[in-house]
Amino acid sequence: MIRQLNAFYTDKEVLKGINIDILSNSVTAIIGPSGCGKSTFIRSLNRINDLIPGFRITGEVIYRDKNIYDKDVDVDDLRRRIGMVFQKPNPFPKSIYENIAYGLRIYGINEKQKLDEAVESSLKKAALWDEVKDNLNRNALTLSGGQQQRLCIARALATEPDVLLLDEPCSATDPISTAKIEELIYQLKQNYTIVIVTHNMQQAARVSDQAGFFMLGELIEFGKTEDIFKAPKDKRTEDYITGRFG
Amino acid sequence: MERHLDQELSDLKRELLRMGILVQTAIFESIEALKDLDSERANKLIKDDKVIDELENAIDERCLDLLALRQPLAVDLRFITMSMKISTDLERIADLAVDIAQRVLDLVGKPLIKPLVTIPKLTSLAQTMVKDALDSFVNKDVPLARKVILLDSEADKLRNLVQKELIEDYMSKDLSAAPRAVPLLLIARHLERICDHATNIAEDVIYMVNAKIVKHHPERLK
Repeated sequence: MIRQLNAFYTDKEVLKGINIDILSNSVTAIIGPSGCGKSTFIRSLNRINDLIPGFRITGEVIYRDKNIYDKDVDVDDLRRRIGMVFQKPNPFPKSIYENIAYGLRIYGINEKQKLDEAVESSLKKAALWDEVKDNLNRNALTLSGGQQQRLCIARALATEPDVLLLDEPCSATDPISTAKIEELIYQLKQNYTIVIVTHNMQQAARVSDQAGFFMLGELIEFGKTEDIFKAPKDKRTEDYITGRFG
Repeated sequence: MERHLDQELSDLKRELLRMGILVQTAIFESIEALKDLDSERANKLIKDDKVIDELENAIDERCLDLLALRQPLAVDLRFITMSMKISTDLERIADLAVDIAQRVLDLVGKPLIKPLVTIPKLTSLAQTMVKDALDSFVNKDVPLARKVILLDSEADKLRNLVQKELIEDYMSKDLSAAPRAVPLLLIARHLERICDHATNIAEDVIYMVNAKIVKHHPERLK
């Protein structure tokens, strides 16, 4: 649940009074033109923006009945529970196995059997297991772009989050890999709450249950995906999704 | 921003209007053939129906191409999908004009059982409804579309009146009147069906403009 969220880079206001209720076990798509604040928005949901100098936020992001910006929140724990996958696949230059085990070790899990189980389970959830199970020691950078992105999803799933933030996860993948990732998103929503930022309108229409249209830092319209794409209420949303915007 | 798609949508609209004009002509010709029991006119109309059939296919294909290649959304999506439905209704209206022409051929050589009074009223209603439905499509005119839908019950009444007159005044008294009465009964039925298709078009126009489904929900018209 997001309430009156405002975000600033030094003095520039980049998100203006955003209110959204994100439903659990569903996919929420955020769409909008470049510079509309959609990436800032999704990055505010697990406090990745905290790392940017001059970034400041007001308002509330309520997760499990608590504002994630409260002072007593353990940010590492928050990011474990609200995982994120970025635009460009960014696996570590290590083996497939180590890419997933690495995060778990940081959280103190060192027992080989537990790590083996977590690696297998995460790769299976990310629909990558069958393609890589015969050589988990292979360097992750030798995988294809689409496989690397699914490995990043597996890595995010390994820490057992309940929310997954996907920031344009398919912008660098070919159509087949994109289709696999979209199918994966559809399966994952049974167990996770997913928020996806995408430039691709058809992708937002295909994968999401709710969609929000951002423009110049404002949330112009938010609603059921079918309503947004069949009959948006706001003229600005209609102009954007029909390509009249500009 | 002017889009390439706008030109394609405007071409689609023009094609649909061309079909609309041909369909209105077919209704007109069928009625003229009835007035004069003109078999030549009726036969020509039956033959010309092929052009409308082909146009329906062409419009459907154009719409499918736009859906596949342009992946339209929102108002564009509604316009294209409703165009497909409207072309189907127009083609059915043309088929009903052909049905009327065939009934005219059944009547040729037989004196009319009675002067036509109610059928011309139904004819004029059908022509108005089709014209207004098409105008509401062209001008995205929801009030006009609503008016078309509300006229549909009038068409039902006139058809019932034709049935009552022909059955009670003629067929029930003299069964040998049937060969002259039944074609007129069927013509009234065909005209009433034309009004139903005009109503469908008007309902599709309202969905196209407002994204509001009024089909099977007359209460939503208020």
